Amino acid sequence: MAQTITTIKPKEPATQADHRRYSFFRMALVVMLKDLRAELRTKEAINGSFGFAVVILLLFSFAFDPDVDTNKALSGGLLWLVFAFAGTLILNRSFARELPNDCLDALIAAPVSGAALFLGKALANYVLLLAVELVSLPVFGIFYNVHWTHQLSALLLVLALGTWALTVIGTVFSALTVNIKLREVMLPMLTYPILAPALMAAMQLTMPLIAGNAIAPEMMRWLKLLIGFDVMYTAISLFLVETVLVG
Amino acid sequence: MRERIVYLLGIAALVILTWNINAIARLPEETQQGVTFKIIFFHVPMWAAAITAACTALLASVAFLVTKNFKYDALAVAVTEVGLAFTTVGLVTGSIWGREIWGIWWTWDARLTSALVCWLLYGGYLMLRKAIEEPTQRATFSAVFSIFAFLDVPIVVFSIKWWRTQHPQPVFWSGGSFPPDWTHHFLWNMVAMVLLGVVMTSVRLRQEEAQREIDSLRRTAHAL
Repeated sequence: MAQTITTIKPKEPATQADHRRYSFFRMALVVMLKDLRAELRTKEAINGSFGFAVVILLLFSFAFDPDVDTNKALSGGLLWLVFAFAGTLILNRSFARELPNDCLDALIAAPVSGAALFLGKALANYVLLLAVELVSLPVFGIFYNVHWTHQLSALLLVLALGTWALTVIGTVFSALTVNIKLREVMLPMLTYPILAPALMAAMQLTMPLIAGNAIAPEMMRWLKLLIGFDVMYTAISLFLVETVLVG
Repeated sequence: MRERIVYLLGIAALVILTWNINAIARLPEETQQGVTFKIIFFHVPMWAAAITAACTALLASVAFLVTKNFKYDALAVAVTEVGLAFTTVGLVTGSIWGREIWGIWWTWDARLTSALVCWLLYGGYLMLRKAIEEPTQRATFSAVFSIFAFLDVPIVVFSIKWWRTQHPQPVFWSGGSFPPDWTHHFLWNMVAMVLLGVVMTSVRLRQEEAQREIDSLRRTAHAL
């Protein structure tokens, strides 16, 4: 029987190619895929979030008489409240899921920058939140008898921008509150007031779009506010998240 | 020495306020709003002091994150508490003014809404501090949150420019209509409010420093 001899090669210093292989975005992508894989295996957050979205849609129908005119007038506000409340269930778990077995410490100790870790988690949350929203929208259309597809491309743009605002703030505050007592109380208490300008802008923009009207020129300032919010808070989160995670 | 300066500043603020309130009471009534308009001498300076406090809290928070020196954390919490008090009084005086002139206590326009959001954010800052026991973590997380919270302040300031609001446009610049001979009374009130803010911050800062000393002694006693 032939004996196989394996020799252990000494570890070579990291080359330029290795460095490129583990670049910032590559690391963020790895973290994102890890989170998505973990979520798709358990489906805890996404199922809970979608179920909660349906429950809120049901409860809102008790709050007002859902006729066509009321639905058009309230749709923007209603939809974004559903997304914000249901989204919290996904965002709340983003860093908390790393607590068992000290996975969070391992992640922080890994040669991944805090910003890449944050971006990866934010992108995973973004995909999950968008998925919940895209499934909730037809359910909303059926329950409230609203044709929401008239301005589909503009609606998707607002959805993409508003959801990124929810994701960035939710993810960074999930990191901030992961180790503190009363986490479940503090997270919504801190995130919703910060999100207020973005939610207000998204609601104002969604309302005419659901009613079938294009974004009017006077509404452009809301769009600018939403874009400005996304850019500003993404930049500041990427800059400060290392401090939040490492101290 | 520091305490003497604080006492002197406090006395100066009270003297300015007493003299100025007396002078404001003698001013003639405004043509449209009557005597109610005189609330502007308190409402706007309160907000000016609140915004100054928010700016100071931001600077102190950044300074803490850069230097990790706890005196900046103490300054941040002291000035945030004082700023929150000014914001509360600013909201209350605004609400009273709104009730007299608009007939309602509150309206959800951009200025009022963003101001309320600001109040909630700085209230959240104080709640966050209570929820974290470890001092370094508390100071770091609070500083980060304070930077996030400050980003709402420009929205409060510029909201009346960016949106059509029920809250009036500024009366001091951009072609405003504030009577020029009333301006110096207004500015003196502004000085008095900022002085009052400095005094209250100094007192609160001293308390915070004393608390830190007590905690340190307690830890030493516990270790022994």
